[in-house]
Amino acid sequence: MAGGMEIRKALDEIVDRDYTFMHICGTHEASIARSGLRSVLPEGLKIVMGPGCPVCITPQGEIDAALELAAKGCIIATYGDLMRVPGTNGSLDTCGGDVRVVQGVHKAVEIAKEVPDKEVVFISVGFETTAPTVAATLLTEPPENFSILCSHRFVPPAMKFLLEQGEAKLDGFMLPGHVCVVTGYAMYEQFKVPQVVAGFEPEDILLGLYMLVKQAKEGRADVENAYPRAVERMGNQKAMKMLYEVFEPTDVEWRGFPVIPDSGLKLKPKYEKYDALKKFGVEIKHVEKNSACICDKVLRGIRDPTDCKLFGKACTPRKPVGPCMVSHEGACRIWALYNQKR
Amino acid sequence: MCIAIPAEVLEIKDDNIALVDYGDLQQEVRIDLVDVKVGEYVLVHVGFAIQKLSREEGLQTRQVFKDVYAAMEE
Repeated sequence: MAGGMEIRKALDEIVDRDYTFMHICGTHEASIARSGLRSVLPEGLKIVMGPGCPVCITPQGEIDAALELAAKGCIIATYGDLMRVPGTNGSLDTCGGDVRVVQGVHKAVEIAKEVPDKEVVFISVGFETTAPTVAATLLTEPPENFSILCSHRFVPPAMKFLLEQGEAKLDGFMLPGHVCVVTGYAMYEQFKVPQVVAGFEPEDILLGLYMLVKQAKEGRADVENAYPRAVERMGNQKAMKMLYEVFEPTDVEWRGFPVIPDSGLKLKPKYEKYDALKKFGVEIKHVEKNSACICDKVLRGIRDPTDCKLFGKACTPRKPVGPCMVSHEGACRIWALYNQKR
Repeated sequence: MCIAIPAEVLEIKDDNIALVDYGDLQQEVRIDLVDVKVGEYVLVHVGFAIQKLSREEGLQTRQVFKDVYAAMEE
């Protein structure tokens, strides 16, 4: 692979006008900010973060549902990133319930086996990378006192929404590498814009940007793979098969977005017994946002974190107002951590 | 959230559990989603192997991670 300096030089030579590309991955954003990559891009070339942080795009109503389940006495097992996301009344870390951070869904099942007289609910967030791990777990018949709050989302329907709406004025997408490890990238060929699957090192991202600019300049709209060391066109078919054995697509709201058709997952009837909402009679309610927080616009790629009046003042990693400041994958948290200005 | 780390499969413990080595750390992970053998490399996400990597790719990616951590400690 060419070194970062060479790719950067090639980028300087190829960029001839303003280009805006969107990535959809918190790990991409962290790598971009940590390496200071934006500061070395040629004038006119912009990379913005889209709805690529599963915790950030989980709407407040689903956080409220998790809090309601904790209040009903369930043990809540969750990824650490969700602990401090504000719900309408507090967050998981301050709710006073039995909330435990786990590495993954299989660890939540271990808790359920250890305490058979208690109900254990796993807050099941994540994109296509993560959903098959939950499917695999449910296929191995966890105990009856285990269930999930199913908050999974699929990336392509959100991209479709962004393209149809057009407000972010995008020249193309940098596709999330680890989502594509699982799904492959054939399903992205439906979108007639430049797209490149990229890895997570600064050099991977620079290479991805170069390939995107080249495509846009040549008037092509292909899906190219700049992460062949892990991604194949058809992905991990075994994982995808397990996913669709357990889940089926459903229409769901994303934070910052309206209800997007087929962008979420729900359990198929055979696995409904693991649906915490049904098991405990909890409903997801739509919550109107009522603060000056602009997480919704940041997630749609039309505002930078530093455009927010609250950024670094009322909203900091220590005292976050919006989810993008809470999660390690949130654009605001990453920008605050690395003092990113543009 | 979608972070994934390469690891070498050291031992298949059960149908769906393997002991893997990340370099300086060993851990049991679930291998339901992949068909792997001892000595092969996998990409691990939230405690599950989500894809196989070639040995060369696994070592290459691991070296990149090592370099990044070394740079962060400087």
